[in-house]
Amino acid sequence: MREVNKMSDTSLGFEELLKKQANELKTLVDKGDMSGALELIGEMNQTRDKTLYIEVGRLTRSLHESIRNFHIDGEGTAKAELSAIEDASDRLAYVVDMTNKAANKTLDLVEATMPFASGIRHEAQELKADWTRLQRKEMKPEEFRVLTATMGTFLAKLCEDADTVYANLSEILLAQDFQDLTGQVINRVTGLVKDVEVSLVNLVRMAGKVDKITGTVHDIEQKQTGIEGEGPQMNAEKREDVVAGQDDVDDLLSSLGF
Amino acid sequence: MNKDMKILVVDDFSTMRRIIKNLLRDLGFSNTDEADDGNTALPMLQTGKYDFLVTDWNMPGMTGIELLQHVRADANLKTLPVLMVTAEAKRDQIVAAAQAGVNGYVVKPFTAAVLKEKIEKIFERIDS
Repeated sequence: MREVNKMSDTSLGFEELLKKQANELKTLVDKGDMSGALELIGEMNQTRDKTLYIEVGRLTRSLHESIRNFHIDGEGTAKAELSAIEDASDRLAYVVDMTNKAANKTLDLVEATMPFASGIRHEAQELKADWTRLQRKEMKPEEFRVLTATMGTFLAKLCEDADTVYANLSEILLAQDFQDLTGQVINRVTGLVKDVEVSLVNLVRMAGKVDKITGTVHDIEQKQTGIEGEGPQMNAEKREDVVAGQDDVDDLLSSLGF
Repeated sequence: MNKDMKILVVDDFSTMRRIIKNLLRDLGFSNTDEADDGNTALPMLQTGKYDFLVTDWNMPGMTGIELLQHVRADANLKTLPVLMVTAEAKRDQIVAAAQAGVNGYVVKPFTAAVLKEKIEKIFERIDS
């Protein structure tokens, strides 16, 4: 940051100097002192060149500094020396992989468990009908014997199924451990992105200074404003152009005649 | 609403496809197929086998909005009911989807109840 502040001081000096010299130039031209004026123009050029050299030197130093801050090892002897950005990409790929595995494992277990719930419900429903008849004393002794046997089998199976459901739920619980691991990875990558941003902002500032002194104007093409997918919106509740939820979507669509 | 209708679920994430397929099955629709983006989905739709399209927006290859535009431009598919299930939540995007001829729009994260309500609404309109 110190580097940047120093730079703006010099630049301010350059601007002030230029203003002062321009005023002097006007006075000389008004007076008709053409040789003095030409000499001053030469001086102005020198001022510009000198400032430019200083800025380019400073820019080069800062550029080296910034590149070092990017943790990129240009002299790396082998592939073993990965840049932090490549490392971050690997880490994020790991996050995608972990979340994918966890989601699939959870879905597998949920899909495996659902039939137990519907099976239990189905059998209980059948037993309930017999049970009601028993309570109403509508059941014959031989039917009662069948019911007792069925009930015994059902209860034994219920215990077994409950154990399976419990075990599957425990596994689903464990499958959520990705949150801890991926959270740590994402926090590290976020830290890196912040560092890179600071370095980039400094680079942009430096480039801006050089552009100002050399008088370079860039033609930057406007980004096309087509309608494109952007993924989930952050801080949606604070933004006017983003809906806060399904109710907002429904309101918007009904205002369009849906 | 015909519970045997054939539904194509398009999303680039296999887990989201599984979730939607499971929810659809709970609603009684078990005749479903999957595609992972518009480029895969469009030829499948063009076979004429499908009665309903559920698609994400943001996908590599052909996006959901492009798929919707292709469907509406195709003489054989232009009346196919399309439900968009997406994380895209900008007002401009929802308006664009409506203009492109979407039949329903669900923002992620969503609930089973919302999905059910939107599907019912779409077919109520079509059947009436």
